[in-house]
Amino acid sequence: MSTTNPESAAPLESGRRRLLRRRPVAGSPAAAALDRRRSKQRRRVANVAGLMAALVLTGVGYSTLAPGANAAEDPPGVVSSAVEAGEELYTRSCITCHGSNLQGVEDRGPSLIGVGAASVYFQVSTGRMPLVRQEAQAPEHPVLFSDEEIDQLMAYVQANGGGPTLPSGDLRDGDLAEGGELFRLNCASCHNFVGEGGALSSGKRAPSLGDSNDLQIYTAMLTGPENMPVFGDNQLTPDEKRAIINYVQTIDAQADPGGAAIGRAGPVAEGLVIWVAGMGALLFGIFWMGTKA
Amino acid sequence: MATSTAAPAAPATRIGRAAFEVDDRLIVAGPLRRTLNKVFPDHWSFLLGEIALYCFVILLLSGTYLTFFFDATMQEVIYEGGYAPLRGVEMSAAYESTLALSFDVRGGLLIRQIHHWAALLFVAAIVVHLLRIFFTGAFRRPRESNWLIGVGLLVLALLMGVTGYTLPDDLLSGTGLRIISAILLSIPVVGTWVHWAVFNGDFVGMDIIGRFYIVHVLILPAIVLGLIAVHLLVLVKQKHTQFPGAGRTEHNVVGNRLFPTFAGKATALFFIVFGVCAALGGLVQINPVWLWGPYNPAQVSAGSQPDWYIGFLDGSTRLFPAWDINLPGGYVIPALFWPTVVIAGAMFTVLALYPMIERKLTGDTASHHLLQRPRDVPVRTSIGAMALSFYIVLWISGGNDLIADKFDISLNAMTWFGRIGMILIPPIVYVLTYRICLGLERHDREVLEHGIETGVIRRLPSGEFIEVHQPLGPVDEHGHGQLAYGGASVPKKMNQVGGARRAIKGFFSPVEEPAAVQAEAEHEARGLEATEAARRELTGSGRPSEGGRPSEGGRPQEPRD
Repeated sequence: MSTTNPESAAPLESGRRRLLRRRPVAGSPAAAALDRRRSKQRRRVANVAGLMAALVLTGVGYSTLAPGANAAEDPPGVVSSAVEAGEELYTRSCITCHGSNLQGVEDRGPSLIGVGAASVYFQVSTGRMPLVRQEAQAPEHPVLFSDEEIDQLMAYVQANGGGPTLPSGDLRDGDLAEGGELFRLNCASCHNFVGEGGALSSGKRAPSLGDSNDLQIYTAMLTGPENMPVFGDNQLTPDEKRAIINYVQTIDAQADPGGAAIGRAGPVAEGLVIWVAGMGALLFGIFWMGTKA
Repeated sequence: MATSTAAPAAPATRIGRAAFEVDDRLIVAGPLRRTLNKVFPDHWSFLLGEIALYCFVILLLSGTYLTFFFDATMQEVIYEGGYAPLRGVEMSAAYESTLALSFDVRGGLLIRQIHHWAALLFVAAIVVHLLRIFFTGAFRRPRESNWLIGVGLLVLALLMGVTGYTLPDDLLSGTGLRIISAILLSIPVVGTWVHWAVFNGDFVGMDIIGRFYIVHVLILPAIVLGLIAVHLLVLVKQKHTQFPGAGRTEHNVVGNRLFPTFAGKATALFFIVFGVCAALGGLVQINPVWLWGPYNPAQVSAGSQPDWYIGFLDGSTRLFPAWDINLPGGYVIPALFWPTVVIAGAMFTVLALYPMIERKLTGDTASHHLLQRPRDVPVRTSIGAMALSFYIVLWISGGNDLIADKFDISLNAMTWFGRIGMILIPPIVYVLTYRICLGLERHDREVLEHGIETGVIRRLPSGEFIEVHQPLGPVDEHGHGQLAYGGASVPKKMNQVGGARRAIKGFFSPVEEPAAVQAEAEHEARGLEATEAARRELTGSGRPSEGGRPSEGGRPQEPRD
């Protein structure tokens, strides 16, 4: 399934073939209908399971918070102090929209139960949260919390509902070429050929990946912020995610051998250049020749 | 060597003797002399078509180099070349050879980029040239045939662009090819057959790159080359048009001879065009196919656009509502048919037939060799501006997702701007252009009648203020100019009639002393310096009736009976 050795071409081959084999099946109308029915059932089950899990986790969370109930293997007070500090930050900056129990507030903000530390990391470290104002999509602003504060917020949200956590290890440990193929297949339709970003409907947009760090790209795939779909570990394995990150960051750092990149935006930018710079220079040229008549 | 009295003396120099020997055998001196003495009128806008011609030359040269290395087959290969992010990826031989051309061939990337920039410039120059022809009425009898050839060349240039865009077989060009396939399929009744004929089967097959290659490098360039030759021969035969002006009539051509002045200028312009293409090719990256990746029908990227000259069709497609026509029997005319085949067909048909349409509507069947200023034909100018604004709305809409993204505008708002704009903006532009033309015409007439505003305000003993006007020619007893409008540009500033001293010489830095030029002007009594030198007392109104000289101007008066 996954490519363990990024240098060898053979696993890449199998990866590609698998991608191509899976697509026609997934694309047929019958399969889509079946998928829809299944996913409906799955959602119902998941809702119940999620609720149960949330209850259990809330209980566990409460027990960790409750005085005198420290986990035996952790140094006493460390975890709970991070969670407490996170709660303090949460109460100050997040509670208005996400509610006093992370349950969300209608028409303001979604529930944070089960979103996990990964989601908190993406939203806060990219400057999307705390939200400036309600609009089509959260605008990015300078990050308001320090790395330590983000860790505390993550601990608090993780402690109250669990969810996807941050990955560990080298996030670029994947095959470059396979990452490119996966990027073009899964990501390019919104983020443009090499992650320059693009417009979506009604003021929403797929942002440029140019300023993102590895962890932000990974957690975005894992949690599906805003309009982005969730690429869970069953859709893209952790190795495939690392391959994609490797591709995105390699291309981003790569020099442009042809000269000025003009945004790597393709024919629209090229058309602008030829009319403004090319035609402009030549019109100036012939005008100058005309004055020498 | 024997010489007769009628023949010129035997050539003395080595080159002269060689030329004499050649002429002795081929008898070319007469025709060559006539050709070299051919007179071309001088105006900057007459060089626009030349830019297109030189772009074509650059395209032929750079394209030939590219053919040495390009492999126009769709055979699947595994890339093992120098570009790491694609190593091990399956791709067509065409795409692999384009990568090799870009990374491994000496100078390959530069030539590829020059070729692509020159292609964009080629179409841009054709369009600007066409606008010049249109707005100055150069297409009128007897030049309708050359207009038709020109429109044909524009269409062929677009086809060359589309086929060339497809050749590298990257993800961007493949997406374009998919749209071409959809457009062909959308044609009612014959669509499927046309598609099967072009692609030799269903999309995408194994043949299309090879076929487009031959069309792109052989068939279209041959036709374009032939049409350019006819275009120029007709131009030489019918003689170039010229703007009206002193000494210019319908029966002469005022300008420079082909040799040496015009040839020198043309050569210089070729090098300027080549320089611009080379600078762009070397400094600005165009179509980085390695970033796009190989074509795979399962993939499509955001921001997939055609080159600028097809952008208007992309725009019309984005704006047109999804109105499929469902006919009984399961036949469908897809919505795509209207914004691509019908709109493009209608636009180019009207463009090609415009000279005939105007001739019919105005009843003007006379031969014209003098151009018109756009303001003097407000209806045509307004129609042209209206068509241009329609085109520009479609063009902007072709890139509306990028504009929405970069300027943080809703994409839906951009689409509705285009839909409403393509209907509302053209009539508004028509009215505005018409009013501007009339305003410019009236200002020309006003200056001819009353003279140039000098900016000198006089106060009369009665307390009345008047501005002194400089008539352009002789005036009648009321101070009104007697010159008629001749279709040429009217000087409207004192500087244009010698009011200022001549410009200080020097291109980047002055090479003479301004004070010396001033002294020279006063000595020669030119322009305003003459009057300033005389230190005349400005007390009278300057009216002829009050003893002023007509040339000193005066305030316009009501005619007396």
